[in-house]
Amino acid sequence: MIANRKVLTEDMLARIEALASRYPTKQALTLPALHVVHDELRHVPLDAVVEIAELLDLAPAEVQDTLTFYQFFYQEKPHGKVRAFVCRSISCALRGGEQVLEHLCEKAGIKPGETTADGHITIEPAECLGACDFAPCMLAGNDLHKDLTPEKADVFLESVGRQDG
Amino acid sequence: MSSFDTFEPVLLEAAGIDDGHTIESYRSRGGYAPLEKLLSEKQPPEVVEMVKSSGLRGRGGAGFMTGLKWTFLPKDHPGPIYLCVNADESEPGTFNNRILMEDDPHQVLEGTIISAYATRASTAYIYLRYEYPKSWDILQKAIDEAYAAGFLGENIKGSGFSLDIYLHRGAAAYICGEETGLIESLEGKRAWPRIKPPFPAIEGVFRKPTVVNNIETMACVAQIARRGVDWFRSIGIPADPNNPRDPGSYGPKLYCLSGHVEKPGCYEAPLGITARELIDRFGGGVWKGRQAKAVIPGGISMGLMTEDELDTPLDFAGPGTVGCLGLGTAAVVVVDETVSIVDFLHNSCRFFAHESCGQCTPCREGTSWSLRMLERIRAGKGRLRDLDLLAEIGDTMGMMPGSTICGLADGAAWPIKNSIAKFRDEFEDYIKQTNPTGYMETDPVPALPIVTTH
Ligand SMILES: Cc1cc2nc3c(=O)[nH]c(=O)nc-3n(C[C@H](O)[C@H](O)[C@H](O)COP(=O)(O)O)c2cc1C
Ligand code: SF4
Ligand code: FES
Repeated sequence: MIANRKVLTEDMLARIEALASRYPTKQALTLPALHVVHDELRHVPLDAVVEIAELLDLAPAEVQDTLTFYQFFYQEKPHGKVRAFVCRSISCALRGGEQVLEHLCEKAGIKPGETTADGHITIEPAECLGACDFAPCMLAGNDLHKDLTPEKADVFLESVGRQDG
Repeated sequence: MSSFDTFEPVLLEAAGIDDGHTIESYRSRGGYAPLEKLLSEKQPPEVVEMVKSSGLRGRGGAGFMTGLKWTFLPKDHPGPIYLCVNADESEPGTFNNRILMEDDPHQVLEGTIISAYATRASTAYIYLRYEYPKSWDILQKAIDEAYAAGFLGENIKGSGFSLDIYLHRGAAAYICGEETGLIESLEGKRAWPRIKPPFPAIEGVFRKPTVVNNIETMACVAQIARRGVDWFRSIGIPADPNNPRDPGSYGPKLYCLSGHVEKPGCYEAPLGITARELIDRFGGGVWKGRQAKAVIPGGISMGLMTEDELDTPLDFAGPGTVGCLGLGTAAVVVVDETVSIVDFLHNSCRFFAHESCGQCTPCREGTSWSLRMLERIRAGKGRLRDLDLLAEIGDTMGMMPGSTICGLADGAAWPIKNSIAKFRDEFEDYIKQTNPTGYMETDPVPALPIVTTH
């Protein structure tokens, strides 16, 4: 039982605990637990780290150590409602991936890695998304956007409600 | 080449079939029957022997003999033994695991179940990279179907063998594909690769004997069980009789073709097809009617082949004969004649600087300084001396020079070494042209801030 629970909801606890029988150690639940919280809150605040640590019989520093290693997890504040990973690795770069990234950021009025002021979208450079057959590509939420062009990027931005003008 | 004309794809047999990812489709194509037969007729050591004699080598990058790796597990271990299936697939240019998981997940699962039976593993974890949400859904559904059909769970088909398969989601880090980085990550820790020995077969995940194998390796195991050892050995490049240490390159292989070709895609061919054949037969040629300048033979870690080297066979031994690191993931990336080698190497150095786990000084510093130097060169402040410094970094970081814990550093070093060795003139011209007054400078120069790493 977690004393003083502030972040983890009953539902999150249930989802983490449902995975417990899959692993022989509690520590192995660290990544799954971080994902459960991150999926829902789009970040893992420090209080959640402390609570996960208590749940898994770990020191908060151990959970925090794992969290910070994977640059994937946000902590201070949530990422945007949509998180777009734009590939900049070689196969995409050869087909204009970096220009698409630049174009998207310019249109959204942010720098790579930032979130728009209204919190609608975060645009991040990403390494190879394993979809080089569709280069240049982008993963936004669960959707893979294939063979991107600046025009397709505009349509995408419009769909997340962030097109300027 | 006649062997290509008669070659039938098997790993990609489901591609283009409607609902090829369902268990009904897989069974209608002969799937799972080999598993049932093998469970009732063969003991685990016989299955190990089957895979060993097929000559199957791991498809994840290192090309280690799969059956041989399994024999390193301790005999008569009380258990548990774990099987980790590596679906972290993050090597730039590589996407064949994604296609296997999405198009024919049951082929992967059947191979995993057979491999677990052979190694006496009672739990298999599929470590799946975060960026494959579609693969996740399809695989999870396939796992549920396999449980419902009695191919997973307790006492599979009355054989007494029990197995659970669980999906485990990564968090966007390339280093989780290195087998001991994967193991640490699975344990809930930062993915710092372990010093070996002990090898995972002796002490792996949760300190138990562990086998780590790639998704495509699992698919090959399923096909060997279905079609037999002789079929597998009839494909590919046989072992060199004059070299007792050459295990050969047998079986079909999924080649990922991307970059500057007309038709990027994942194509199945016998091991040993050349890059030129791949580009021309499958890829529709270099795009826009241009010439290739260079080609990555197997993921960016493997370095570069020049246009003159494109007739090199892409089997396990081929790329090494032209100075590349190896076959790697067989991800072929075509770079056309318009691309600056400086930009190419900058892209490679940026990737590795971003993905180094930071544990070993030569890799952490070498990857980040090589990126800084490339940034400075691109900013018009390059010096000829930088090429020697870069080559020195390339020669000194990695497992081969013995300075690092894992092979990421060798993969970072190879593009540097190959680019400079094979395109030195172009680097020199670029530096002289962009820095006409300073290119001969040899005194230390201040570093520029990195603008593009993170
Ligand atoms: C930096 C690095 C990254 C790697 N990434 C992967 C990967 O994403 N997938 C994979 O199967 N193997 C990867 N490997 C190779 C694994 O360490 C290991 O050799 C492989 O998973 C074994 O499976 P196999 O024998 O079936 O190929 C990587 C190795 C290194 C050094
Ligand atoms: S070689 Fe690089 S990636 Fe591998 S363990 Fe050392 S620092 Fe980490
Ligand atoms: S390089 Fe962009 S998806 Fe592979």
